[in-house]
Amino acid sequence: MTQLDFQTLLPLTILTVWACVLLIVDLFIPKNRKGITAVLAALGLAVTLSFTILQIGRENSGYSGMVVLDGFSTFVNALILVSGLLGIALAYGYVKRMGLERGEYYTLLLFSVVGMMLMAQAADLIVVFIALELLSIPLYVLAAFSRTSAESEEAGIKYFLLGAFATGFVVYGTALVFGATGTTSLVGIVGSASNGTSSLLLTIGAALILVGFGFKVAAVPFHMWTPDVYQGAPTSVTAFMAAGAKIAGFAALLRVFATAFPTLATDLTDILWALSAVTMILGNVVAISQTNIKRMLAYSSIAHAGYILMAFVPYGNKDIMPISIAAGLFYLVSYVFTNFGAWGVVIALEKSEGKGLEIGDYAGLGRKYPALAAAMTVFMLSLIGLPPTLGLVGKFYLFRAVIAGGYTGLAIIGVVTSLVSAYYYLRVVVTMYMKDGEPTTEREPMLDFTTAFTAIVTVVVSLVPQWLFLLASNAVLKLF
Amino acid sequence: MVPLSWYLILSAGLFSIGLFGVLTRRNAVAILLGVELMLNSVNVNLAAFWRYGDVTQMAGQVFAIIVFAVAAAEVAVGLALVISVYRKRNTVIADDIDLMKW
Repeated sequence: MTQLDFQTLLPLTILTVWACVLLIVDLFIPKNRKGITAVLAALGLAVTLSFTILQIGRENSGYSGMVVLDGFSTFVNALILVSGLLGIALAYGYVKRMGLERGEYYTLLLFSVVGMMLMAQAADLIVVFIALELLSIPLYVLAAFSRTSAESEEAGIKYFLLGAFATGFVVYGTALVFGATGTTSLVGIVGSASNGTSSLLLTIGAALILVGFGFKVAAVPFHMWTPDVYQGAPTSVTAFMAAGAKIAGFAALLRVFATAFPTLATDLTDILWALSAVTMILGNVVAISQTNIKRMLAYSSIAHAGYILMAFVPYGNKDIMPISIAAGLFYLVSYVFTNFGAWGVVIALEKSEGKGLEIGDYAGLGRKYPALAAAMTVFMLSLIGLPPTLGLVGKFYLFRAVIAGGYTGLAIIGVVTSLVSAYYYLRVVVTMYMKDGEPTTEREPMLDFTTAFTAIVTVVVSLVPQWLFLLASNAVLKLF
Repeated sequence: MVPLSWYLILSAGLFSIGLFGVLTRRNAVAILLGVELMLNSVNVNLAAFWRYGDVTQMAGQVFAIIVFAVAAAEVAVGLALVISVYRKRNTVIADDIDLMKW
């Protein structure tokens, strides 16, 4: 192990060691003061984040080309770490209130973050597989974390069975790619594929990998687990899962497909086109009929996976690819902040035993808690893609890139489904302001702070989005 | 020597049996068995590709070992989840675990 290897994975190593130490330290923290563990875990994430930021501009690969460090991985890692911090901030009061406060929660979250970061840095299919499992296994446990609730158990076992099933596809695909090219390194695969080795095996392998990742990012038709898991899991876990697993899944999908399979673009572009279109349509249409807010947001999360998939469609086109992927990254950032904010409001209204989760429970919120209702309105507008929010800017960049790539049809589907989505998002806003009711909310400083912070970011960054887009463009520049 | 394609057919067969098991079985433990079969078919593939490819490259073997290790970790979590569901509901039949449906 050289110093260069060590530097490549420095933030990741720090976080891994921190999580292991935290497991032991947690034993000495009294049961009723597990908030200390949360603070320590957040501190670990913050330290890792500062080391990640110090790595900006650095580019090298380490451990015989198994992992890389580049602008893309740094950008994605920073986003993942911010999600981890927001995830802890949302969980801090929630787990206490729901009687779930156990130290493992935060260590599991840290391990999951480690997996996500490794996923963004993986340059070898073996590492992609390990990272995928490292991020998934803690999430299975977290989804079932509320042991007293039957829904949470059910969410855990459903997520586990379908996740393990998806893993089977990823590894089988990887094995076929290995057979076709004789290597598992992403750079090696493209070198071997351009020599014209047996491409059928390679195509099947790539397709199976796509199926596996489709499960992870909840793309239709591999989305069946999403609503059940998002509804059943503790809400703070759902928020983290929706953001983190999506970022990591898309980051790996992007790196694997852009680096290893550019030769298959002619075969895969149509499949990605169809996946993206079906995901947007089904996610948005089914969300209309939902009355439970967690389930509605789950379908909304499926729909957003479709929007992000749009960025992948022109991936064989070398000229369009950089701006399209930059748009995808920008959209991920906007989705992360909006997503955490919306789930934060859900947490504020949630009562024990799954009460307070119907959309009807939001009636009267506008009169009684104007600030909270205003924040929720911002998040709903952002999810639709209306001004003045980050969601609008994200969709604008995304549609522009897709049209530039010559997929106007897909952009039209995107616009139409956004219009459809306005119906169910605005229904929440209408319920909050136009209907009478006596909602009660839980006020916790951390929760209020997170909701306010994400709402402010969603609005303010949307007014000056260029620097963020520039950052995203610089991140993908060296990828190709 | 047995040709490579036989191994690939064996592996594809195992994978399909596992897939069939996952899709048709109603018992959560049996579904887990199906998943394990899918993962093990990958190991057959990897070992065969390694043997018939460049034998000095260890990637295939290493990957097979990693798949073993990860599968074991996954099963540990999975069986724990199955047990905790069983304690609460006295059933591991997947069709009965249906509190949430749209």
